[in-house]
Amino acid sequence: MNAVADIAIDVHGLTKRFNGLVAVHDLSMQVRRGLIYGFLGPNGSGKTTTIRMLCGLLTPDEGEGTCLGYDIRTETDKIKSQVGYMTQRFSLYDDLSVVENLEFVARLYGMPDPRGAAQAMIERLGLQQRGTQLAGTLSGGWKQRLALGACTLPNPQLLLLDEPTAGVDPRARREFWNEIHALAGEGLTVLVSTHYMDEAERCHEIAYIATGELLTHGTVHDVIADSRLVTYNVTGDGLAKLAGELAARKGVDMVAPFGASLHVSGRDAAALEAAIAPYRKSKSLRWEHSEPSLEDVFIELMGRDRSGKPDRTKTKTQ
Amino acid sequence: MSTLTDLYTHGFWRRVGAMIRKEFIQLRRDRITFATMITIPLIQLVLFGYAINTTPRDLPTAVLLQESSDVGRSILKSLENTRYFKVTHQVRDSETFDRLLASGSVLFGIEIPTGFERALRRGDRPALLVAADATDPVAAGSALGALGQLVQTALQNDHAIPATTASAFEIRQHARYNPAGRTQLNIVPGLLGTILTLTMLIFTALSVTRETERGTMESLLSMPITPLEIMLGKIAPYVLVGFMQAALILVAGVVLFDVPIVGNLFLLATLTTLFVATNLSFGYTFSTLAQNQLQAIQMSMMFFLPNLLLSGFMFPFAGMPVWAQWVGESLPLTHYLRIVRAIMLKGSTLMDLHYDALVLAGLMLVAMSIAVTRFRRTLD
Repeated sequence: MNAVADIAIDVHGLTKRFNGLVAVHDLSMQVRRGLIYGFLGPNGSGKTTTIRMLCGLLTPDEGEGTCLGYDIRTETDKIKSQVGYMTQRFSLYDDLSVVENLEFVARLYGMPDPRGAAQAMIERLGLQQRGTQLAGTLSGGWKQRLALGACTLPNPQLLLLDEPTAGVDPRARREFWNEIHALAGEGLTVLVSTHYMDEAERCHEIAYIATGELLTHGTVHDVIADSRLVTYNVTGDGLAKLAGELAARKGVDMVAPFGASLHVSGRDAAALEAAIAPYRKSKSLRWEHSEPSLEDVFIELMGRDRSGKPDRTKTKTQ
Repeated sequence: MSTLTDLYTHGFWRRVGAMIRKEFIQLRRDRITFATMITIPLIQLVLFGYAINTTPRDLPTAVLLQESSDVGRSILKSLENTRYFKVTHQVRDSETFDRLLASGSVLFGIEIPTGFERALRRGDRPALLVAADATDPVAAGSALGALGQLVQTALQNDHAIPATTASAFEIRQHARYNPAGRTQLNIVPGLLGTILTLTMLIFTALSVTRETERGTMESLLSMPITPLEIMLGKIAPYVLVGFMQAALILVAGVVLFDVPIVGNLFLLATLTTLFVATNLSFGYTFSTLAQNQLQAIQMSMMFFLPNLLLSGFMFPFAGMPVWAQWVGESLPLTHYLRIVRAIMLKGSTLMDLHYDALVLAGLMLVAMSIAVTRFRRTLD
């Protein structure tokens, strides 16, 4: 019982196909309670499908597991009563006011004092001025706060947030993350999918998914270290031309421009050194050995996935 | 101004063409809509083409024979030989006769009074009493018109009366429940049912598809609410709306058209509520089957048309072939029409109407069961 109590999400071999197309393939993951778990990956990689399987909105074709200790196939009703799911697209009622939306949710979950609960949430969200405003007329940032408020209102144990900050300005994003950390501090488990690297770095643990497969997971530090990526930061003249030349060379696995500099990375340190040796002599270029960023790691993972090379991390996640 | 002129002169048709092309592509993507556009007109044409017959046939008729005579038997036989009447009941007393008409079991009652034969032979021009249920005027009208000639010919053929006699008897018609033959008396109750069918269907037909299209369904499904709860919650408010709509039509019918409400108002209100709920359930069922709002509307229309045409509102129910009558029996409006005409014009009681009320309730339960079991609880 203790082992179960400590783990919020524990799924194995989840597979989901739509009309023969594989959306999620053999995905296994474990999320400990009280963590903010970042779920990263490009568009169409299977993040939304995975989240929907976790909260009972989709039935997996293969695989099984538990969410908050409840079977994701047979106990979806229990999962629904304890999980808050924030959809990617705003899914509250546009033609209901902020208060009415919150009270509706409170009543569906059978909360004893729906009015009081809605009012308390409005104060927590700082929406006092907009309580009677129709949800459809709120700005993007306010809609997103309201949606978060609605899914935390019934005091769930687990939050599933599907790209909650897409299309929201940086300040609103920052406030949103402060709120998520506050919730995690209260003991909530949060699974949040995102595209943003800075958001990934605010998570306790992350997982990276591409074309339906979980490629790597762990803390940000672990993921970077596991990648064994060696990265050089190059500044100087003619970087665009250099990028083209380097990308073609053996031993260079990734070349990515970052502002006025170029990140050149390789998985095999010796091969990379050999590849860049001719260019290191150039007077117009300055080479610095640097720590790969999370973005370097992900871009490299994505590239590797597309090129179809076997990946080392896959066996590890199983 | 000149730019606007330019816009209209340069590439006008090209842009119209682009729009047309886009619309066609979208139309083709919606397979169900595309299929209904071809099959529905065909089905409806064949269905109604064969089903609708403005000349009624086999109208259920009761005969009250107060004497046993050759003439009586001859009339009975001639009635049965025609396609207009079908003698379903032979009764001996006028109470049974009246009850059959009141309950709607028969549309016609023909009474052959005591001493009819003797009076006929004496040339006294006795009266043949014909009571017609005029709550369904279309059915009653043409049959009544045919009756006189029919009986006359039959009697002459059987040599009951001399062939030369122009008119040996008189037919005394009694259009029961609507003696003045006013159209409004039949139309207003019928319209009540027709209007309620249409509005109720549309109210709920959009309810589920709207949530799906707006994206609110995804979050609704992730919350702890069951399909039955969603259905009851979505239907209940419109029961009230439908009830108020019915009250409005009734008050307008009484005030503007002087339509009487002979029967029990409470019974009428109860059965109207049942009818409203039945139609709402059908609308809701379409909503759970349709993939978008357009499909839901099309399904509702597909359901509404037979209700309008095969229920006995526009064309006599008795005129339809048996298979079409079975189709009619499975439609809520058919039963409600009988109920509302009977209560308002005849003062019928629940005892007379229990069959139609039970069928309405049954239809509602069938629709609700389909809706609850077909409701997609996941996004699979």
